[in-house]
Amino acid sequence: MTALIDNLDHEGARQICERHSNRPDALLEILHETQKADGYLSDDALRTVADAVNISRADIHGVVSFYHDYKRETPAKHCVKLCRAEACQAVGSEALAAHAEKKWNTVTGGKSADGQVGLEAVYCLGNCALGPAAMIDGELYGRVTPERLEALIAQRTEQTEGE
Amino acid sequence: MMTAGQVKIFVPCDAAALSVGADDVAAAIEEETAKRKIDLQIIRNGSRGMMWLEPLVEVETGQGRVAYGPVTEGDIVSLFEAEFLTGGDHELAQGPTEEIPYLANQERLTFLRCGVIDPLSLESYESQGGLDGLRNALKMAPTEIVEAVTESGLRGRGGAGFPTGIKWKTALGQQSDEKFICCNADEGDSGTFADRMLMEGDPFSVLEGMVIAGRAVGAATGYIYLRSEYPHAIKTMRRAVEIWREEGLLGDHIDGSDTRFGIHIRIGAGAYICGEESSMLESLEGKRGQVKAKPPIPAISGLFGKPTIVNNVLSLATTPVILAKGAAHYKNFGMGRSRGTQPFQLAGDIARGGLVEKAFGVTMRELIETFGGGARSGKSVRAVQAGGPLGAYIPTSGFDIEMDYEALAEAGAMLGHGGIVVFNDSVDMAKQARFAMEFCEIESCGKCTPCRIGAVRGKETIDKIIAGENRAENLEILDDLCDLMTDASLCAMGGLTPMPVQSAVKHFPEDFGG
Repeated sequence: MTALIDNLDHEGARQICERHSNRPDALLEILHETQKADGYLSDDALRTVADAVNISRADIHGVVSFYHDYKRETPAKHCVKLCRAEACQAVGSEALAAHAEKKWNTVTGGKSADGQVGLEAVYCLGNCALGPAAMIDGELYGRVTPERLEALIAQRTEQTEGE
Repeated sequence: MMTAGQVKIFVPCDAAALSVGADDVAAAIEEETAKRKIDLQIIRNGSRGMMWLEPLVEVETGQGRVAYGPVTEGDIVSLFEAEFLTGGDHELAQGPTEEIPYLANQERLTFLRCGVIDPLSLESYESQGGLDGLRNALKMAPTEIVEAVTESGLRGRGGAGFPTGIKWKTALGQQSDEKFICCNADEGDSGTFADRMLMEGDPFSVLEGMVIAGRAVGAATGYIYLRSEYPHAIKTMRRAVEIWREEGLLGDHIDGSDTRFGIHIRIGAGAYICGEESSMLESLEGKRGQVKAKPPIPAISGLFGKPTIVNNVLSLATTPVILAKGAAHYKNFGMGRSRGTQPFQLAGDIARGGLVEKAFGVTMRELIETFGGGARSGKSVRAVQAGGPLGAYIPTSGFDIEMDYEALAEAGAMLGHGGIVVFNDSVDMAKQARFAMEFCEIESCGKCTPCRIGAVRGKETIDKIIAGENRAENLEILDDLCDLMTDASLCAMGGLTPMPVQSAVKHFPEDFGG
């Protein structure tokens, strides 16, 4: 219990809650913004949010674990979401995903050993006439082939390494 | 040399166009323009919905807009050399945009302005009939608005097809200090992108529909629940709301009237189930998106326990044209009890994928063959899935069906959100059936047992069938399980997952070892 009381010190999360007037109905927005700032939702951040909006930590856990978007661990540097829904399946998304898993030696939901590339499944990016679709760091791509996917990611990882 | 007057050129900012390089095309045009010292204005419009031609670049000429596509940045120099700014010929030339058969043969009411206007220019919006519906509505009594929407025959475009006017009438009849209008923009069905396209290409039409709905039922607050998978739509809708606030089209005295309405945008967090209305309302309250048993229906007790209208993006965005041109105009389109037009979306392995808005009654074959041009891969078409991940698989022998709510239901299928996903002959229907169960397993909210457990058992049973284990017996178990899920699930997630499974078994028994 002491841990619970001692760790209400996530300043960023506290400010985000205040911006939303500590309203419980704004919880999804608060979690989105907190995650955007930190890359994931830390224990400290969630404790702080629970305290600020006056919801139990169990309830917060219930919400965080319900939605696919919320992450509880540090994400990979580059987030690669591959659409795995029917319209993309019809044009080869499964083969694309298998290629990606092999190339970055990880599974969907995991990340490459160097922490550069994280693979995620997503069910529909709304680009169903130009599949297979992918979203890389928030940018949408259509008609993605294994070669194009590799090139798009190489562009980004080279940039990161150059920094 | 260009003659006097600034040339207008349109390069879409729609996410699908961006996904195949529209920003690079716009940048290349700008660069070439600077080099050639041409006075030119690039307008970032929405998409016309001809996705196979994206990025589709249009030039405004004396003879109207002329189209070129699909354009890549590498084509820009040759386009300038071919004098495309005056409609010059080029291998990518598609002729006058409005005369492209795909577009010319549509009946666009909801998507009238999409791809035509600058999405965030109010002037552009009004020049194409925008705000006419709202201005009429502000002069009408709430009951008259509800009557017009009822009379038009508009049914919920989100999938359920419930008459919009009746929903509004129920909410109007409730005595409450507060009511809400919720725009369901959590369109998660694979094969559908109409909501996204409209929000990016004509966002004001969604806002106009929400304000009309607010005036009709006596609600002063609206929420747009927008899925996080659509970052471009989120950006456009947020800016659209800001513009409407600045222009006095949202606020205390809308367009100088006594009508008050405000809109908040809330972003989903990747749960498919939140497209279900009771789940969406829970999510809007900041909770787990768990489905609730009905009754009470949201129109009586919805968001925060208040009377709430939950309408899909397309339903709301269609009400302005009904109020502008009259219920009879809208009702004139369509067949039977399906009135008006439906934005169909052609997706998957299809040569000309995109959005086709047609009156109800168009056949599936016309959509797939005449508009869509068959499979893009050149293989033969084997099946389509209509109506999203919970929709039926239909074999080519069923393509002569007329697309309307009742005809599809009679054939054991559904219209859903109007998405049609085309599969070629390499598809394994047993795998598709398995995926339907797997998807339900991943996305089930967990509230009711038939859906939560049924999906897992369904997937396991299909695995046994695929492995050739007691096929006949397991097919029987699967069928029984499907019937149970259909009858006993709380919402459409568990209740309709059997539709793709049973239709696949029925129409493609050879893939299940039958």
